[in-house]
Amino acid sequence: MLEVALRHRYGRAGFALDASFTAPATGVTALFGPSGCGKSSILAAVAGLLRPESGRVALAGEALLDTARGLFTAPERRRFAMVFQDARLFPHLSVAANLRYGLRRAPAQATGPGFEEVVALLGLEHVLARRPGRLSGGERQRVALGRALLARPRLLLMDEPLAALDAARRAEVLPFLARLRDAAAIPILYVTHALDEVDALADQMVLLAEGRVLAQGPVEALAARTDLPLAARRDAGALLTCRIAAHDQVRGLTQLDFPGGRFAVPLRAEPIGSQARIRLRARDVAVATEPPRGISTQNVLAAQLVSVGDATSSPEVFLQLALGPSIILARVTRDSIARLGLRPGLAVWAVIKAVTFDHAVPPPPPP
Amino acid sequence: MILSGEEWQAVRLSLDVATRSVLVSLIPAVAVAWALARGRFAGRMLLDALVHVPLVVPPVVVGWGLLMLFGLRGPIGAPLYEWFGIRLVFTTGGAALATAVMSFPLIVRAVRLGLENVDPGLEAAAASLGASPLDRFLTVTLPLMSPGILAGAVTAFAAGLGEFGAVITFAANIPGETQTLPLAIYTATQTPGGEAVAGRLALISFTLAMLGLLLAEWIARRMHMLLGRG
Repeated sequence: MLEVALRHRYGRAGFALDASFTAPATGVTALFGPSGCGKSSILAAVAGLLRPESGRVALAGEALLDTARGLFTAPERRRFAMVFQDARLFPHLSVAANLRYGLRRAPAQATGPGFEEVVALLGLEHVLARRPGRLSGGERQRVALGRALLARPRLLLMDEPLAALDAARRAEVLPFLARLRDAAAIPILYVTHALDEVDALADQMVLLAEGRVLAQGPVEALAARTDLPLAARRDAGALLTCRIAAHDQVRGLTQLDFPGGRFAVPLRAEPIGSQARIRLRARDVAVATEPPRGISTQNVLAAQLVSVGDATSSPEVFLQLALGPSIILARVTRDSIARLGLRPGLAVWAVIKAVTFDHAVPPPPPP
Repeated sequence: MILSGEEWQAVRLSLDVATRSVLVSLIPAVAVAWALARGRFAGRMLLDALVHVPLVVPPVVVGWGLLMLFGLRGPIGAPLYEWFGIRLVFTTGGAALATAVMSFPLIVRAVRLGLENVDPGLEAAAASLGASPLDRFLTVTLPLMSPGILAGAVTAFAAGLGEFGAVITFAANIPGETQTLPLAIYTATQTPGGEAVAGRLALISFTLAMLGLLLAEWIARRMHMLLGRG
């Protein structure tokens, strides 16, 4: 487990950071928040590149920073490899030498994937002899990922690794990130302000605003809450981890199983049995008190109304619906609440168009 | 072009003095450039001014200052001579020292420029990959600032070939010992009928300086390509 508690102030009246959280020993923990919320400063302090005024950073019980005891471990001795937004490849070294930079400095007993394995994982075979100046933005970031992984770190730190890329390059690199996450047996701390990256990669989320932690927990749990700034987003909605159950080529549908039911969505590329995480936007979910008939919508699911948001302050209201053990969100007008007499405990039908489902991360090209 | 033995001697001596002066000042120049570019200490501005003094005071004054410090009775020259038997005044070594002091600001400026072009973010990346401060300097900072170091060295070498005032004041004008090209030219102009000698030496002086500057430019371009910025 990674424990982080930091207090830092920039300038006398400047930005104040006061955040503490923990991250589990495996999986991806996303530090999520708007620009300037302090998430990159937190990452720099964990890496040892920023010395906070006070705080403590510990991994698996071993303190690397503890200002109360006057302890500060230099960044090169923490073995927390970092991936930066701007890649920061060494311009005078070839891609191969960049990849080996951390590997050559890793302790002999450190374990992790080997050079060939990482090169294959990130599809870098054909660029090994090149200088970073001759790489595309996406290739550069893939080399940076491989270089960090090959340093055999105990913790991977990623500071908005996709933020400097255009949409096409992001789509190119994201699948490789998902692959790296599955290949790395170490925790990853991932800073981002892009919710789709959280959806695609993160298990845990630490929600930050103005230097403070608003909430932390499993991504699914935080997405289903209506009391966080996340709910104010256009893409607010529940996250469901689904299993690809069946493909129907004739009807052009894929069946997705989730705890508490099954969705039909337009045909997807993933193989049967694989996992896909689906963001079900609250504005795409309608509620009916009777089962609708003669409707194009593929998914009409029996649900129980768990909670109805405050209808006095806003013309739009969040509903929490239980489908078995899963909670999904629906966003309806205040008028609909009154018209249908919606109240907690009511049995309703959740109506979800198949085409509203986002395409999740496409699988990476075969190695 | 045919040169007399004495004229060749002046050319060789100039190359010798300029080479030695660059070798002597290179490492201190890198250290001073580092302190000026990255250091956070009181007196940084004073150090900056001190380094640049030879650019703004008359070279004769620099020579006089060296004479005071490194003369046989000077605070540095006396112990050097008594303990190690090293005498700098009126020697080739002294000419190299005077040249080194004069060209020091040129090297420092070029090295500092090279250092300021190195993104400290790359050093942070190296640190997170397990490189110690010395390791980071040797494998990241030094290679990336090397165009600045080379450019500084070549410029200082070219300028060092022509150092006059400080050399003649501190090391005097001794043929074969301290009489470099500019001193030989000066001597020729003071000698009746020496115009031809002065002309030949001036042409050589000009050619060497031009070659130095062209070399510096070529090295800079070559390094940019090697460092993957081209």
